[in-house]
Amino acid sequence: MSQNWASLLYLVTIICFILALRFLSSPTTARLGNRIGAVGMAIAVAVTLALEEVHLNWRIVVGAAIGATFGAVAARRVRMTAMPQMVALFNGVGGGAAALVSLAEFHNRAPDPGRLHADVSIAIVASALIGSVSFAGSMLAFAKLQELIQGRPITYPGQQVGNLALLGAVVAAGVALVAGAENEWLFVLVIIGSLLFGVLFVLPIGGADMPVVISLLNAFTGLAAAATGFELGSNVLIVSGALVGASGTLLTMLMGSAMNRSIGNVLFGAFGQVSAGAGAAAVTDGTVRAATAEDVAIMLAYASRVVVVPGYGMAVAQAQHAVRELAEELEQRGVNVDYAIHPVAGRMPGHMNVLLAEANVPYPALKEMDEVNPEFPQTDVALVIGANDVVNPAARNDTSSPIYGMPILDVDHAKQIVVMKRSMSPGFAGIDNSLFLDPKTVMLFGDAKESVVKLVGDVKRL
Amino acid sequence: MSHFAQLVVELTILALAIFLGVEVISKVPTLLHTPLMSGTNAIHGIVVVGAILVAGAADPDLLTSWVGFVAVVLGTANVVGGFVVTDRMLEMFKKREPPGPKDQA
Repeated sequence: MSQNWASLLYLVTIICFILALRFLSSPTTARLGNRIGAVGMAIAVAVTLALEEVHLNWRIVVGAAIGATFGAVAARRVRMTAMPQMVALFNGVGGGAAALVSLAEFHNRAPDPGRLHADVSIAIVASALIGSVSFAGSMLAFAKLQELIQGRPITYPGQQVGNLALLGAVVAAGVALVAGAENEWLFVLVIIGSLLFGVLFVLPIGGADMPVVISLLNAFTGLAAAATGFELGSNVLIVSGALVGASGTLLTMLMGSAMNRSIGNVLFGAFGQVSAGAGAAAVTDGTVRAATAEDVAIMLAYASRVVVVPGYGMAVAQAQHAVRELAEELEQRGVNVDYAIHPVAGRMPGHMNVLLAEANVPYPALKEMDEVNPEFPQTDVALVIGANDVVNPAARNDTSSPIYGMPILDVDHAKQIVVMKRSMSPGFAGIDNSLFLDPKTVMLFGDAKESVVKLVGDVKRL
Repeated sequence: MSHFAQLVVELTILALAIFLGVEVISKVPTLLHTPLMSGTNAIHGIVVVGAILVAGAADPDLLTSWVGFVAVVLGTANVVGGFVVTDRMLEMFKKREPPGPKDQA
């Protein structure tokens, strides 16, 4: 196929991708949009295979077969609770592919003097650098989320200085490459350094900060793809990369503002380690009231409005199906049940929505924070399942608290609060929660799933 | 077209795509943020085009052929996995449950 026809067909791909994102603005059209995107991708792949300079060979056929099998099987088998690590994994392989394409481009074009214009070599180095950081960072995020390594922040003295020095060295080597040092070993060194930096920069970030990192790595891979587009002179890569980069950047900023923290603070703050004792002094008076499942069942069954507040604990316990059953049981008794979703609940943007959708909860019942907060005073019972920091009133009224200023779900405005928790241990941020000592609060200790199943049985018996 | 002219065209496309991306994506509701992430994941799988160009080169040396091969594997996994997982996710978002017996205990 000639270059001109190929370019025209690539434009069809671009339009398909834009429509795919456009259709994501509503749950009713989103699935169709995703399929349009897939069609666009199929067109791009077919056009590329038909290009005159592309010779079909075992590398393409076997490589595509392996990649497609792995991708399809992993995507089909993954449980919805494991979705954050799956997103991290697919993000990483994209970054890795971009870095490898750059390595091959540099290898084939650099030895030929005068063939590499400065802008192309900048693109090659940028794509290799960002792609490698994204690959290694995503793999580490995957390992953390999959609990192959501990999810808590890992810190050591001199960490930030060391990371900064490493990044500086990698960028300096990259600049040298652009300036004309067309040395392949230096290029490999840039890739190795970037991989190392990717690991080191995700190491001190963990737990509840994961949504920020995942979004940021998503943006990185987008940028790497756009840079690859510049090195290959491919508009479809430039546009796709820019779209993904914009999406990842927007999500990163959204997650940051949902935690009232700057992105710098998330990346370099190692939040879990700070101020374990900071909020502790404020809330020592008051007692914790533990309740039995029967008590809570009665409370719920005779309420007229219940709001469920899910958190990462619900995902860990895989309690979403039991929660939906409980809500159904209550609705049959005439109780109005809604779900309040905090933007950073879980380990990636929108995590709770996906889990509850999997459990067949109709999406109009999933309420955003701004929508549901004014409704808490009219709520009889707020049922907090495995959420902690996102319902901590200290964020509103304790200026000394590390999470002060973070927008929270105002569950303490509800008439009664039930907190389901495994134990009294503080949440991810290591901050005590005065909500637990509120006279309106009762605690239901135990595994979230077992507790909810018990609640369903008790409500049925009433 | 001269190299510089082509670069300017590419930069123009980049700038417009960024603004378009911000416009389109800010209309995605928080409800769909996870499908947005995995959907954009699938879209950046377009680097598979670059991988095919590398792997499909005539008479590649050893490094190019292996790097191209691995890039095709990674890129295809990215594309197929990304679209399939997004489709699975979006299938679950329903307004109301389908009518039928509720059999789970």
